[in-house]
Amino acid sequence: MTQGKKHPALSEKFNADEPRVNWHDETLWFIREKRDKAAWQIPEWETLRDTASQIKHNVLSNLSEYLVQFEEQAKRNGVTVHWAADAEEHNKIVRKILQQHNVIKIIKSKSMLTEECGLNEYLAKEYIDVIDTDLGERIVQLAHEHPSHIVLPCIHWKKEEIGELFHKHLKTPKGNADPKFLTNAARLDLRQSFLTRRVAITGVNFAVAETGEFVVCTNEGNADMGAHLADVHIACMGIEKLIPKREHLGVFLRLLTRSATGQPITTYSSHFRKPRIGQQLHIVLVDNGRSTQLGREDFRNSLKCIRCGACMNTCPVYRRSGGHSYHATIAGPIGSILQPNLDMKKYADLPFASTLCGSCTNVCPVKIDIHDQLYKWRQVLTKEGYSPVTKTIAMKTMAATLSKPGIFTFAGKAGRWVMKQLPFIVNNRLNPWYKQRDMPAPPKESFTEWYQKNRKE
Amino acid sequence: MVPEKQKRIKDQVSTYITKLLNRLNSRDKILAAVKKNQPPQQILPGLETLGKKGAGDVAQFTTVFTNIGGKIYEVDSYETVIKTVQEQFPTAWKVATPIEELDEIANVDLNGFNDPHALQTVDLAILQPQFGVAENGAVWLSETDMKVRVLPFICQHLAVVLQAKQLVPTMHEAYTRIGDKQYGFGAFIAGPSKTADIEQSLVLGAHGPKSMTLFLFP
Amino acid sequence: MNVALFVPCYVNQFYPQVAIATLELLEKLGCKVHYPLQQTCCGQPMANSGYEHLSQGCNDLFIDNFSGFDYIVCPSGSCTLHIKDHLHSKKDEDAAVAIRKHVYELTEFLTDVLKVKTLNASFPYKVGVHQSCHGQRGLHLSQMSELVGKPFSKPGQLLSMVKDIELVELNRKDECCGFGGTFCVAEEAVSVKMGKDRVADHTAHHVQYITGADMSCLMHLEGILKRQKSAIVVKHIAEILNSQ
Repeated sequence: MTQGKKHPALSEKFNADEPRVNWHDETLWFIREKRDKAAWQIPEWETLRDTASQIKHNVLSNLSEYLVQFEEQAKRNGVTVHWAADAEEHNKIVRKILQQHNVIKIIKSKSMLTEECGLNEYLAKEYIDVIDTDLGERIVQLAHEHPSHIVLPCIHWKKEEIGELFHKHLKTPKGNADPKFLTNAARLDLRQSFLTRRVAITGVNFAVAETGEFVVCTNEGNADMGAHLADVHIACMGIEKLIPKREHLGVFLRLLTRSATGQPITTYSSHFRKPRIGQQLHIVLVDNGRSTQLGREDFRNSLKCIRCGACMNTCPVYRRSGGHSYHATIAGPIGSILQPNLDMKKYADLPFASTLCGSCTNVCPVKIDIHDQLYKWRQVLTKEGYSPVTKTIAMKTMAATLSKPGIFTFAGKAGRWVMKQLPFIVNNRLNPWYKQRDMPAPPKESFTEWYQKNRKE
Repeated sequence: MVPEKQKRIKDQVSTYITKLLNRLNSRDKILAAVKKNQPPQQILPGLETLGKKGAGDVAQFTTVFTNIGGKIYEVDSYETVIKTVQEQFPTAWKVATPIEELDEIANVDLNGFNDPHALQTVDLAILQPQFGVAENGAVWLSETDMKVRVLPFICQHLAVVLQAKQLVPTMHEAYTRIGDKQYGFGAFIAGPSKTADIEQSLVLGAHGPKSMTLFLFP
Repeated sequence: MNVALFVPCYVNQFYPQVAIATLELLEKLGCKVHYPLQQTCCGQPMANSGYEHLSQGCNDLFIDNFSGFDYIVCPSGSCTLHIKDHLHSKKDEDAAVAIRKHVYELTEFLTDVLKVKTLNASFPYKVGVHQSCHGQRGLHLSQMSELVGKPFSKPGQLLSMVKDIELVELNRKDECCGFGGTFCVAEEAVSVKMGKDRVADHTAHHVQYITGADMSCLMHLEGILKRQKSAIVVKHIAEILNSQ
């Protein structure tokens, strides 16, 4: 859909509709404010964040051991564990399980991992019908779109537009945009899917190495409605989702939802340890570039991420450009430090879609140094050659000018002269600054000139 | 040895190693890559300074549970519970509960069937959680408390019976309570199912129960 | 107290009055101020754009100009932070490390080193304070709204010493203005939208002046204010603290 366009062009398009940008920005800012209120309810909030961060550091430094421990425990509990090196292998594993059970209709609850692997598109090619049951995901699915936010998939959709969509697909009355009515329509429609489909795919919020169990957090109850009725439950997870012990869930469950939406906890925090009697439970452990990221000293801490989305809600750039401007599965600040690991060329623009304000780092429940990693990715991507030639030339010129006092003084003087005498040279549409801002008024002399005249003895 | 022959042998060895590596399954490949790239050891922090001592605050639990869309009735006996259910919910409703003291109002047999789909017509399920968490209004039930895993999700309305003295302050004490229990499934349930996916408008009743009632014993 | 004055490159060229105010203020507070004449820039514009490897020339020039001073003071949070975090030298890393330990942003120098308690300044106007991100989140010049912690503000503390000034509370205390270095032109649409929203917050509170510790943010907001033909004027905090 975005056809190779990059963040600047896509966000320019997004900004063409200013009232809509205001609405998108205010909606997400409101969630940031709810997060703040929730955090302030916990006097030990900063200690919690620190603890979570240290736990995740321990996980990353022992990941191979925890993975083996988790697999051992899960197998003992009667769970089948699969390992997928990449997205394609993950998709193949899922398809194989479906083929073994002769199933061509499945339900899926929220899983950004399956989005990352392109599971829906892959299964569609195999004539397997997937219904996403999270309301937000169902909406973007009906609209043939990808989620724009990892926690609030259709945050970019207005209720009138959802009403139109439901009128088209669920035959709700035209013009009805009442959230209660529309949600109930989805409830009735999806209930049929829950009751009839035999395989349920879920994501995994946390997997516990000590016990082999995993936790799925939802507000809607869709993961449970699917999993507890299906003959086969397939849980897909990135290998970094492990935590060492069950007691650590206390730390993460206190942080996750408060950071994500400002709620003290999701309605359901479901701990799956063994399959239901007569049911098959599968876990697919997915690498897909995570082991590579683990080896990047500057960027491995991005793997601490628990996918709360708080960084997106606080990011002033994300709020004013929308998730789709990042043309990636995971958008916003965390996406900008995860995605280049998968494809530097495709995602070279993302770390630059930021003012490095640092708000993201402050809201991150596991204290990922997001804005520092954004700066470091900029250096890496430039060194790897993913910067436009024009930019390199401009930067080299700037570096030469700024490292030589003589040239610096001359350039400054010339610039001020031009701005004063020939303003049209800078005050025109070729100057991107000038499009929506006036240039600063040129002073008659620089500070150095003033100092030399007035102060130098 | 002649250089060409050296190169041939080198190529053959390289091809052989590549073939061997390719025959390594993904599990081994992934574990090898992870082990190779793991950062230096960082020790686990202790959790002792987190959480609160003492019992969970009833007022806090009540406030939070109500804020998240639940309804609380303070009761002193199962007779009161039965009476309240009969008053508040339609008598035609299918009520499922494993709580013996509530046998009188139960009209769904939860014993000895093996298809969870059969519970799709349950209007009200009444369950007994093991404890509640004051900081977030959640209650903890394991599979044995639920009788059938899908029951607290598939019912149209959920009710729970809880003693106020079974409240813990935070999730840290909650997991201390749970300890190392070997449940097959367990869940924290905090209020009725909900969604705010449509323009951040909060709607109670998504795919799980549309309401949650809590009968609070002292 | 011997102090070296480090003037951001664009302040030197376009906003000399900010450097003059900084110089005068420091002298008023009893400092002997030296101004190394060969200084140019901290190198941040290249580094933030991914060209850190081109800033070695700037770094060496900075080290030449500023070695040997106990205090290097700069009226800019982002420039100060850049030097603190990124000044390195292949020729003389020890000199670089020494400078990083001795560089201060103006307001933190006033509150933490000079421990200023009173100011002889008067500014009888309604003023909105823009919290520049690098100064706030990088140098911890004031508490950050995301964190659960005690409020504090070094710029705020100093401004409250100014006679007759009226400081307003904004709706969004510390949202970024959108300047971001080359971001301001590379992502022009979002940059301007962010600036417009900041301006709208100040306008809604009827301020007469917008101040802050970073002229780059103020330059960006000023560009938008002037385009809107607004009566609001930007004024660097040094100018307010130095006003009679």
